[in-house]
Amino acid sequence: MRMPLSAMIGLFFTALYFLAAIFADFIAPYGMAEIVGGVWDPISREHWLGTDNIGRDLLTRMIYGGQTTIFVATMATLLSFSLGSVLGFTAAVIGGWVDQALSRFVDLLMSIPSLIFALVVLSVMPVTVLVLVLVMGILDSTRVFRLSRAVAVDITVMDYVEAARLRGEGNVWIIFREILPNALSPLVAEMGLRFIFAILFISTLSFLGLGVQPPLADWGGIVRENREGIVYGIPAALVPAFAIATLAISVNLVADWVLTRTTSLKGGRGG
Amino acid sequence: MAETLLEVKNLRIEATAYPPGEPPQEIVIVHDCSFTLEKGRVLGLIGESGAGKSTIGLSAMSYGRGGVRLTGGEVRLNGREIRSAGPGVLRSVRGREVTYVAQSAAAAFNPAKRLMEQVIEATLHHGLMGRAEAEKRAVDLFRQLDLPEPESFGRRYPHQVSGGQLQRAMTALALCPKPDLVVFDEPTTALDVTTQIDVLAAIKRAIQETGVAALYITHDLAVVAQVSDEIMVLRHGRMVEHGTTRQIIEDPQEDYTRALVSVRSIEHEEKASAAPILTVEGVTARYTGLARDVLSEITVEIAPGQTLAVVGESGSGKSTLARAITGLLPPTAGKISFAGRTLTPKLEDRPREDLRELQMIYQMADVAMNPRQTVKTIIGRPLEFYFGLRGRARDERIQELLDEIELGKGFADRYPAELSGGQKQRVCIARALAAKPKLIICDEVTSALDPLVADGILKLLLKLQKDEDVAYLFITHDLATVRAIADSIAVMYQGKVVRYGPKSQVLSPPFDAYTDLLLASVPEMRLGWLEEVIENRRMESAGN
Repeated sequence: MRMPLSAMIGLFFTALYFLAAIFADFIAPYGMAEIVGGVWDPISREHWLGTDNIGRDLLTRMIYGGQTTIFVATMATLLSFSLGSVLGFTAAVIGGWVDQALSRFVDLLMSIPSLIFALVVLSVMPVTVLVLVLVMGILDSTRVFRLSRAVAVDITVMDYVEAARLRGEGNVWIIFREILPNALSPLVAEMGLRFIFAILFISTLSFLGLGVQPPLADWGGIVRENREGIVYGIPAALVPAFAIATLAISVNLVADWVLTRTTSLKGGRGG
Repeated sequence: MAETLLEVKNLRIEATAYPPGEPPQEIVIVHDCSFTLEKGRVLGLIGESGAGKSTIGLSAMSYGRGGVRLTGGEVRLNGREIRSAGPGVLRSVRGREVTYVAQSAAAAFNPAKRLMEQVIEATLHHGLMGRAEAEKRAVDLFRQLDLPEPESFGRRYPHQVSGGQLQRAMTALALCPKPDLVVFDEPTTALDVTTQIDVLAAIKRAIQETGVAALYITHDLAVVAQVSDEIMVLRHGRMVEHGTTRQIIEDPQEDYTRALVSVRSIEHEEKASAAPILTVEGVTARYTGLARDVLSEITVEIAPGQTLAVVGESGSGKSTLARAITGLLPPTAGKISFAGRTLTPKLEDRPREDLRELQMIYQMADVAMNPRQTVKTIIGRPLEFYFGLRGRARDERIQELLDEIELGKGFADRYPAELSGGQKQRVCIARALAAKPKLIICDEVTSALDPLVADGILKLLLKLQKDEDVAYLFITHDLATVRAIADSIAVMYQGKVVRYGPKSQVLSPPFDAYTDLLLASVPEMRLGWLEEVIENRRMESAGN
């Protein structure tokens, strides 16, 4: 099967950003917090993207910033998916009061705007990477819970799940062996989307000053640090903005492709 | 020689297939098919699923469903070539000269509009009649089709009438614009036998009275024998045999046709009664939130190695009985004993041994198997779960089971999507057998299959019963199947067992009213059967 052009573009940028993040220490030309030039130096041979508001190399900041942003977003997405899907499947399989309790609790969490919720929690808690991941993961898991429960409710009524129950299988087998493989396609698609929201969320938090704390770099923070430059025609703030946008689009292109591939796999549900 | 209405010459129909994991392929669905239909005649198209019968039927309106393309040959309707005609011509032909009756009337009607509105829509659209005239014609058709209160019937919504009535309303819809040709696509397949006969009779009378020509598509030869003048037998998109109905039924020329005519000729000697393995005593059950009992005081028993057939139409509680026995729906009253033990009402409380000895096979084999598991996992899991078999021992036992269901090597690594309908059902049987059960509940296991495939499954079940000494509780609405495999029979109607006993006794007179109706409704493969039944009913009701 040939890979469509959109998927190749998506895969290229996603791989580029992820690899840059993983090997940041090797490829970054300068130290993360090292002041190497003047304020907002223009693009030059020494500084491929120029320097930032206090004279640090912008490319270096972008590479390290990508590392933080992508790490936090990935961890938060993984957390939200493991938590959300396991609880969602459990609610659908067991049903009854377990389902009611979980669903209503999720409704409660979802009724509070997540940004405000996060701001409140982060203003009373110490802002560390762990706390950020936990807050974002738990808030996002409510959406995943909703989706997985809806998908699983459709699957639990299938005869093969009933057959497993009649065989005497426990809930663990039913959730992980009967339901999960059949719920994977919509979950993978959602995962791409959720990852993007996590990137946007952490960038927003950092922009507001409650996310990743300086001197640690992250894309939202770089926008914040350099935003005054825009008034003077200095594009330093647009570089991280561009990175956020391209990563968001690329990951979605990849997710789309994975989705069409998994549904057309042998025994796929989408046929 | 009557006037030719429809002439199909060298018709070739293609489609693009998307096989899993491979590039799309062009496949030919219908090869070089030719036939003619004269005005006022009825041609039956018969074949198993995938034979191309619906595709050929729809080609009479120059329509290809779901990406199907009519790529070669000619379709002449009233002398005009329509296969390659443009949309403008087709729009004027469809709904005026040729109309269509779909299999599932419930899905074909718009639930938000009243029936009358939909029945006269095409007629008004083509400007064939004024509204008043069209409504009058619709009412006449309702009367002709034996619908209740023909004057006000059209004011109802689709959900307010029964399935059989809806199918007849659809026939009225098709006949309303006074077409020359009607395509009936399995109009009675989704109906109960007792309903099917009324719809069949109504359709036949309407065809005779309006003098319309028809293509009648079905997989049931006994049904098509009642309504058609000619029959064309199809297989794999090719014509096998085409002749008058009498010739096809009484003197079939091709082997395939002969097999179709003699289907359901399995003979099964009734076994002597013995001490039961399963006893159901006074079981009553209802679904939560429902005010009435779906099962009331059911008492039946099954002897080891024998088959109890539970017959009835849809909604009679047959499948609910299976759910009560398996514990999926705990009964509100009554007692179920199995192999000398009393079964607890709820599934969750049953020991693993009870679960193992009582297995179930489902109607729809495709949804009874996890599409993401291979045959090996599907059959291997019960072995692992009940007997702790692993590795080599498990693989060997899987192969043994595959041999037993006559599937041989190479099937273990396939996914359900890579199996045919009959093969899927065989794998489900193997999964049940893997547990070495004493009783298997078979819920309509052959209903979704083509007659010849279903025959194979029934033969396999009988063979396995002999080899493994397993008892069956066989739920079905098909009396021919019951005759073929049952030792004893329970006839269910509205949640009650109305007749119960050994096969010979249940199937011989004197009958109660319902069993009589049920028995008389099973289509028989001979000409004139429909008329006889209708005549008998008329005499009975006159006598009462």
